[in-house]
Parts: sequence; C-alpha cells; structure tokens
Amino acid sequence: MEANETHDVVVIGGGPAGLAAALGARRAGAGKVLLVERDRTLGGILNQCVHDGFGLFLYNEAISGPEYAERLIDDVVREPIKVETGAMVLDITPDRVLRINSRSGYRLVRAGAVVLAMGCRERTREMIEIPGTRSAGVFTAGSAQNLVNLQNLRIGNEAVILGSGDIGLIMARRLVFEGVAVKGVFEILSWASGLERNVRQCLMDFGIPLELRSTVVEIRGRDRVESVVVAKVDDKLMPIPGSESVIPCDTLLLSVGLIPENELSKRAGVALSPFTGGAVVDERFMTSVSGVFSCGNVLHIHDVADWASFEGFAAGESAARYAAGERPAGATVRITAGPNVKYALPQLVTAGTAGVEWNFRVGRPLRNVQVVVKGKATEKVYARKKFGRLLPTELQKIKVRPAVEEDLEVSCHE
Amino acid sequence: MGETKNADYDVIVIGGGVVGCAVLRELSRYSLKLLLLEREADLAEGISKGNSGVIHAGFNVPAGSLKAKTNVAGLGMIYGLADELGVPHRKTGKLVVALADEDRRRLEELKAEGDKSGVPDLEIVDEAAIRRLEPLARGRWALYSPHTGIISPYEFTVALAECAGQNGAEVLLEAPVEAIVCRDGLFQLLTPKGTFAARRVVNSAGLFSDDVARLAGIDNYRVFPYRGEYLITDKDCGLRLDLPVYPVPPRDDPGLGIHITPTLEGNIILGPSAEPVDDKRDAASTRKVMAHLKAEAVRLMPELSRVSFIHSYAGIRPKLVDPSGKDKFGDFIVEESAFRPGWISLVGIESPGLTAAPAIAELVAGMIGVKMDIRPKPEFKPERPRRTRFAHLGDDERAGRVAGAADWGEMVCRCEHVTRAEVVAALRNPFGARTMDAVKRRTRCGMGRCQGGFCTPRIVEILQDEELPADRITKRGGGSRLFYGRLKG
Repeated sequence: MEANETHDVVVIGGGPAGLAAALGARRAGAGKVLLVERDRTLGGILNQCVHDGFGLFLYNEAISGPEYAERLIDDVVREPIKVETGAMVLDITPDRVLRINSRSGYRLVRAGAVVLAMGCRERTREMIEIPGTRSAGVFTAGSAQNLVNLQNLRIGNEAVILGSGDIGLIMARRLVFEGVAVKGVFEILSWASGLERNVRQCLMDFGIPLELRSTVVEIRGRDRVESVVVAKVDDKLMPIPGSESVIPCDTLLLSVGLIPENELSKRAGVALSPFTGGAVVDERFMTSVSGVFSCGNVLHIHDVADWASFEGFAAGESAARYAAGERPAGATVRITAGPNVKYALPQLVTAGTAGVEWNFRVGRPLRNVQVVVKGKATEKVYARKKFGRLLPTELQKIKVRPAVEEDLEVSCHE
Repeated sequence: MGETKNADYDVIVIGGGVVGCAVLRELSRYSLKLLLLEREADLAEGISKGNSGVIHAGFNVPAGSLKAKTNVAGLGMIYGLADELGVPHRKTGKLVVALADEDRRRLEELKAEGDKSGVPDLEIVDEAAIRRLEPLARGRWALYSPHTGIISPYEFTVALAECAGQNGAEVLLEAPVEAIVCRDGLFQLLTPKGTFAARRVVNSAGLFSDDVARLAGIDNYRVFPYRGEYLITDKDCGLRLDLPVYPVPPRDDPGLGIHITPTLEGNIILGPSAEPVDDKRDAASTRKVMAHLKAEAVRLMPELSRVSFIHSYAGIRPKLVDPSGKDKFGDFIVEESAFRPGWISLVGIESPGLTAAPAIAELVAGMIGVKMDIRPKPEFKPERPRRTRFAHLGDDERAGRVAGAADWGEMVCRCEHVTRAEVVAALRNPFGARTMDAVKRRTRCGMGRCQGGFCTPRIVEILQDEELPADRITKRGGGSRLFYGRLKG
C-alpha cells in the first residue's frame, strides 16, 4: 500500500494542544493541514470537563471545558484545515508516513511535519498495585467523568477517592452534586497533588475530608466493591501496620496521576524523557525525530489547559516552518534539572537562541525560593526569579533573555 | 430471568470450563442431544481463566497416574485441535532451570518421570544451551522440553463450546444447578433457568464439583481451593521472553513453583503462588504475595526487576490434597458413580487439566459409549473459523475490511487496536455472554496498558447500542453491576 496523500502538517489529536497546533501551523503559513481526532468530536477531554476555570490565560476569563473547546474549534473551522474526527493514527514511521483508520477508510498519509498532541492517560489500579478483589466499581477518575458527564450514568452511591489529582477533586464535587456520598479523598503524599483552588472549591466547600499521608491498601467485595481498607503511610510511603480502617463504599475512584500517551511517538522512534514521560524536545518543540513535534499533555503533564494550548500554537508554527524547509543552524545545548527541580523543558536548545522560556516543576513544596538558570561551564547566571512558594502541582516558567551558548542547569534554592 | 424452560437431553454437562467444554465438543461428534449448564455469565469464568496458559508436556506428574496419561495424550491432541478451532497458540518449548549444580539431580528425576510417561524429546542442557534457547533466563542446568507451548486458555474454552454449539449442543449461562432429583435413573437438574433432565450427567463443575455431586447424593469428594496469584507485564516492557521458564519445583510448593511465561501477545506472566484459602471464590490479590512473586521471578530473570506490571489476577486450583499435608499427590478423578449410574464425576482437574482436557473428553465419551448406542454424525464439523483481529492484519487487508464494513474503521481500544466490528462480533456470541469481561476476553479490549480507561466508556455505549440497558451492564454477571441507573432524563 502506498501513501498517495500528502499534507504539509498533520496534527494528531484534537484537544486543547492539537487544536492550537493546527491553528499555529496555519498562522505560520502551512498550506495543507490535517487534524486527526479519534473521538467523534473535536475537543478532547475538554468535552467532559463541564466545570469552569478554563481560559484564564488564553481568553482572560473563566469558562467551562466545552466552551473553551468551542472557541478553539470555531477558529479551526474558519481556516482551510482538513478535520477528520473518528479517525485514529495507528502508526507513524520515522519518515513520517502515518497509518490512519476511520469509518471512511484505512489509508497511508505522508506528512511534511507531524505534531503529536495525543494527550495522556490515567494511571490505573494495577500500576499502583492495590491488592484485593477485582470487583466492579473501581474507575479511574477521568473514565468516571466521561460516564457521568457525557453518558449520564450513575456510577455508584458511596464513593472513596484515592489520589488528589485535579480530576479526582473535580469528580468529588461532581459526585456530591449527583447525590453520591463521597466518604473522603486519600492522598499518599503530604500535600495535595491537585491545584489549591480545586482543594478549596471541590473539597473544603463541600466538607469532604482530605486525608494526607494515607492510601488504599485493599479493595474488598466479590462482585461490586463493598469496602476499601485505608491506612496511614510512613516516610517511605509504606502502609503503617495497625493504622488500617475499613470504609464501606461501592465505588473507588482513582486520581493517581497521568501519563503522557506516547505509544505512537515510540513507534516513530521518538526519544522520551524518564522525568516527563514525554518526548525530549528543543525550543521549537521538535523531538529527536526530525520533523516530528510534540505539545500538550503528550509532552508533559500540564495543570492548566491554556498552557497546553500555548505549547500547541508554538509547536504548530514550528512544524509549518519545518515543512517549508526551514532548519535552524547551530549546535544544541542541553538543559538539566538541578537541585529541587523535577524537570525543565525544553531539554535542548539550539546554541545562540535568545529569549527561551523554560517550563519547570519542583520536586516538593518550597518556600521563599530563588530559581536560578546557570551555565554549567562558566557558572554564569542567565536568569534568576523569586517565588514566595512553589508547589509540585504547578508548572512554572522562567525566561532566559540572553542567547544561550553553553549547557545550562535550572535549580531552586530556599 | 423470568423465562424458564424444561427439556430432556441425552447428556448434560455441568460446568463451562475447559474440561466441560472439551467434553461437550467431543460428545457433539455423536447423535446426542446435549446441554451444558454454566453458573456464571460466561464460559471459562473459574479455574480456566486464572492459570499460566501453558500446554504441558507431562513430566511434572508421576508416571502411571491419570494426570500423566491424560496429559501426554492431551499433548498429542491439543495442537491439532487448536488449529482446527482457530485458537491462537504457539509451541514454544520450555526450560526448567536449576540455579545450582546440586539441583541437577531433580532435573534428572523429572526427565526420568517424563521418559517413563512417554513425554517426547526431553533433554538436560547446560548453561550455554540455556542462553541460546532463552537469553534472558539464568541457570546452571535445565530440563528442556521442546513440545511445551502456550495457548489462551479462555479463547480455547470458548472455541470448544462454540464448535460444540455449531454441531447442535446447547449452552446455558447463568444457570447454576441448585437441586437435583434422581428418579429411575433420570437426573432432573433444577436451575433458575428451568429444569433439565438427562440419564447421563457429566459433573465438570471444577471447584464446585464436590458440592454439585452432593446435590445428587454423592458425598465422596472434597475439593480444597488453593489460590494462585499472578502479575502480568506490559507487552512493551522492553523484554521479550520466548518460552516459559520454570524453577526446579520446590518440594514444599503445592504448585510447580513461581515461573515466568510469555503470552501470545508478548506480555510476561509471573506466578503463581499456591496457598489454601477458605472461600472457593476468593480470587483476591495480596500485597505479600505480589512482593514475593517479583522476588522469585527476578531469580529466574534479573531484568524483571525494572519492569512495571499492568495487571494482577488470581486463579483457584481445585485440589484434592488436604492442606494439612497428609497426602502429597491427588490424581484426577474421572469415574462413573456406582451409587448413581449415569453420573460421571470429573473432580480435582487442576494442572495439567488444560492440556489434558481433550484426552479427558475422549475418556468420558468412551464411558458414555459403553452404556449407550452412540453414532458419529456424518455432518459433524470439527472446525471453527478463526477470529479476525484487526491488529494482526496487513495494510491491504485492513483497507479491504473497512471498505466492506465501516465498523472495522472505528477504533474502540487504543492500546490493543481493537475495532468496533470485533467488539460487536464478540457481543453477538452464540451463547449471549455480554459482560465487560466477556468482551475483554474475546477481543483484548481493556487488556492493554490503560486497563480499560479509554475503552470502558466506549464499550458501555456499544452495549447499549446492542440493546443491553445500562442497568444490566456488569463486569462479569451476578452482582458485578457497573451502574445504578441514569442521572437524569
């Protein structure tokens, strides 16, 4: 089978990052842009996020997920962008031939540049190895959000939520609205992993207890969940014997982390970072495979959709330039995470580039922090920024104005 | 549930595990009116789904035992049978490794036992040969069995039943036998789905075969449940295991020791543990055993220390050996009751029951043939068409499928690349198994690394499109409901 169809830029995924990437590609002059979305409609996970809080940075107002999606979609349909929904990219070769399947046919497509924007998936019960029975009633928070918000299904009557990720917090409130008794949110760490505003607005305002340093150690119930056993954990996050208590419930929601979904990226040969779970990229968001770009949650997990969109615009623009034949000249320098920093992104920069903005995330909550970007060889300080406090849940940014000429390190000091 | 029926059959098989389904398929060669009753909402819901999926060669059981005889005979039949039924399988060979020189004697004992039973081509091999056969395995010496293989035990079970169904046998799910009336050589089996009568009954109720026998007044069996826990890796964990690797069987282990086994799809299975449990349905995983499995498996394959697991499961063995440990070995029981002529008991069919199933089925058919005039049906069809998996098709075949039916173009499971066409075909199975697990086992939806996170909502939609109301969607039947109605209008 031959690839008889060619596009300048193919964007994979029609969520907040992919929609923006398609728009970015057009802005930078790409003629033929194809946007492929596996769901029946554009919008991605935004469609099931009926709560508000989206758009604060992109539109300067708080709107719901579907409204946020609608604005981006309106812009996309105004452009001559070919949109294909209900279509899934099954494979990408390193020379950018894509295998696409949809109800209208199975075909091979060749791309001048590819933007990966597939988003992420949720960590499962099995990944965190919760022992017990395999009864019905254990849902990941995002699946539950789909079933409740898009399919109007009642997933339970009494729920326990493990993990304080944002979707878990949002779902705690959502379930209360639907008359489900939420018995508590249990978080293994000493801090909530979701945004502070969500802890306040979704738990505290509704009197839902948040138990830190505790976890679910067993699921009970033969057919449907009948109870879960929770326990406190020690400093090594191991359950403390004797601290167990049994909580009767018929539903367990898991909000225990998101993983960039890079199955396709791996097939194309894209190098991944063990710290982000996403591709290693340069300042153009290009991966280790020439002509393949990455943005949004497939690159690294964002706490706010707006940032995924900003990344999408940038990656789409870069992809368009690549498709037009533009190649940056110069060696690459490497940026590494220093003390207290979990990761800094992009990991690579073309030497001589000025004005690069880095995303970074800290490994633990910090107060009165000085963030420093330093040259590894010269110890020259390229940028410095002060923060009252930094939380691991929040993606932060620091801009380096001067041209980068050497390997850098980003570090945080209390 | 309201719909019940009453009917008479020549033979009724109780239990839709691999043995019951093999018996049903074997009997469907003959001009007999057949029924299989299964208590759960799908076939293979008991012992048959929770094992290593290994086609055993037959050296692990004492020569002369029924276990050894049916295993070796079954080995001679199962590959051809799997081909006929279109069930994916692979002859992989197997290594039993001795980590220390002093364990070589145990390997020689196993080989001697196997040779005595007629297990073909067993060979003791050295370290270099181990490396060549499986670069990931460790060991000083190994017993190499070239005819051992792997098969999907639930696909095999379902295929056996579907083949029997094509040849006229009936299968009734969610039909537990609750009472039995024995009168004038006729057995009347009472189930929530009706009362069914036959002069010949094959009790293949696995873990519950002793309880079912008791309903017929036969009180001479006792089945002890032994749980075996497993862990399974992501198929993209970076390690490719070509064949099952077993340790020298520990003397105090009621199983074969914790081993590592590849699946046909490329995952690696670790396990099983072996511990007696009180409840025959207690298939829970425990923190302690999960840690133990990893520690043991790493001894056989150190690289496993850095992989992540995507699933855990547990199976229950139906052992005839009392946990107090008085006896070491319990053989398969395949016998007709002297007290209740016409009642055939299959009890204690644990490992190697999967491999032995076709041979046990022949034995049972022989026992029935002695008592009844059974004639082969000329129209018997031994084949069953192989299930088409989109993921395994080439580009042109895929394009052809989608052009022919758009459902092949709709991806439902993104990890395993399963299409709507495959899900719908699974839901329209001939016996009406329509649980989430029934779909999973037939299509692999939910067996990938997202463990159903993405496809569960999609399958829920398709189930409703196929006219199963949300309230009746279950994980595996019974009380395993997913939903409590709708939220609004």
